[in-house]
Amino acid sequence: MNSVNLIEDKIKEKLGKKILEWKQSSPRRVYFSLKKEDILETAKVLFKELGLRFVIATGTDTPEGLEILYHFSLDKTGVIYSVRVLIEDKKSPKIDSIAPLFPGAEWIEREIWELLGINFVGHPNLTHLLLIDDWPQGKYPLRKDKC
Amino acid sequence: MSHKVIIPIGPYHPLQEEPEYFRLYVEGEKVVDIDIVIGYMHRGIEELSEHKHFDQVPFLVERICGICSTSHPLAYVNAMEDLAGIEVPERALYIRTIIAELERIHSHLLWLGLAGHFIGYNTVWMWAWKYREPVLDIFEMITGNRNHYAMMKVGGVRRDIIDDDIPELKKTLDELIPAVNMFKGAVMDDPVIQARLKGIGILNRQQAIDWCVVGPTARASGVNIDIRRDDPYAAYDKVSWNVIVEKEGDIFAKTKVRILELYECIGIIRQCLNKMPKGAFDADIKEIPPGEGIGRVEAPRGECFHYVKSDGTNRPIRHKIRAPSYVNVASNKVACVGGTISDAAITLAAVDPCYCCTERVAVLKKVDNKKILNGWDLIKLSQEKTAQLKEGLRDGKSG
Repeated sequence: MNSVNLIEDKIKEKLGKKILEWKQSSPRRVYFSLKKEDILETAKVLFKELGLRFVIATGTDTPEGLEILYHFSLDKTGVIYSVRVLIEDKKSPKIDSIAPLFPGAEWIEREIWELLGINFVGHPNLTHLLLIDDWPQGKYPLRKDKC
Repeated sequence: MSHKVIIPIGPYHPLQEEPEYFRLYVEGEKVVDIDIVIGYMHRGIEELSEHKHFDQVPFLVERICGICSTSHPLAYVNAMEDLAGIEVPERALYIRTIIAELERIHSHLLWLGLAGHFIGYNTVWMWAWKYREPVLDIFEMITGNRNHYAMMKVGGVRRDIIDDDIPELKKTLDELIPAVNMFKGAVMDDPVIQARLKGIGILNRQQAIDWCVVGPTARASGVNIDIRRDDPYAAYDKVSWNVIVEKEGDIFAKTKVRILELYECIGIIRQCLNKMPKGAFDADIKEIPPGEGIGRVEAPRGECFHYVKSDGTNRPIRHKIRAPSYVNVASNKVACVGGTISDAAITLAAVDPCYCCTERVAVLKKVDNKKILNGWDLIKLSQEKTAQLKEGLRDGKSG
């Protein structure tokens, strides 16, 4: 339990006021939200400085906007820290890419780009991953309105 | 001046169950770059899941993979139990563990067979699959199916393991030990296999971390992670076993991790059979509240991740799935580059991807397009290299 508290204190100390909301839904599941501008800095702190493993990111179309949850795992304690960001602008949604920090994030950003239409600024190779190359522009399969 | 040659591997191959497409860029014998193209098997299961009610989803996600078919439903029910805070009866936890470990045994044996085939050891292939067969028979006996066992449900398992089946299960496990001993000796002490697999397709520790790889692929590179121990689910916190970690990061290390894990699997199942309490194997679920949950499982290939979001209706409004091969296959980008073409087949297969493909291999020279090799040639190249090594060894000994 101590090491869990230790790493949580470190996250809170390093990110400070960037954390908008902190929620522990069960003993090994933590969710916290940020402004989308802070994601690159946060990923750097979690992945590079604190040594968390990036598991995957979940993109969701919600009534409030497009939400991305970045799941980071601390394997020493088994806790998953899910970082929530909301992109309100559904017309031309964009966010900084975390793929330049580590290549493990490249595929999932390509996937979210093609399925939800979120533009990842600074991604080294933002091309189709799952869908065919001539998929019609502006059609995003995971958007609820299928716009 | 050397010119680049592109070798397309895939997208279809009758040996494997899943198509992926690798484009190898080759200069002479050396692989200088690789493009990985996926998406041939994209069935939109995340979207489909939003149209099923919570009890139907396990059957859907079970069909993601034909080999680790219980890992996905197990990760999903873990996520649902995290979401709704459901207490699962202890007997169900043990049954889940037994099924998951039996699956790991048959999956590792399947990979071992394929790996043997790729490097020209067809005897290993036939043997591995021969010893995998009784494990599938066990599945048929206790679940009714050789594959797609449909055992997992939110709150428990769908079928009990009856006492009459347990002696047969124990007997099969006992008979498996000599077979695993044989593989261990045949693979680890064989100088040709060592020459073929040591120092090949290396993924070092830092690369493993940067590419976020999981499972035996990560553990063979010295990254000590195992979801069964780190984030225990089912009954893994009630049994003891060792996490096998190797430092080298080459294909030999990946093979060693998988073979040694077979012993641990057998040990875990034996402990579960002894400790399994009598009683209920299914909890009564009234309704699923709004919320979100995450479930993880150490599948044979690594961490399988499910995220489920509910709004209080009877269907998930978002279901994110990440299979282990998603991150492991991407790491071929570094493991394959720098090696030779004859090592490419085994390197690409070494992460145990739900891999596919070497059938429609064609070597296209950019300049004259003259040399076209047919489907089996990449495997043949790999097998010839082993044969040459064997011959060299024989000559060396007689001389």
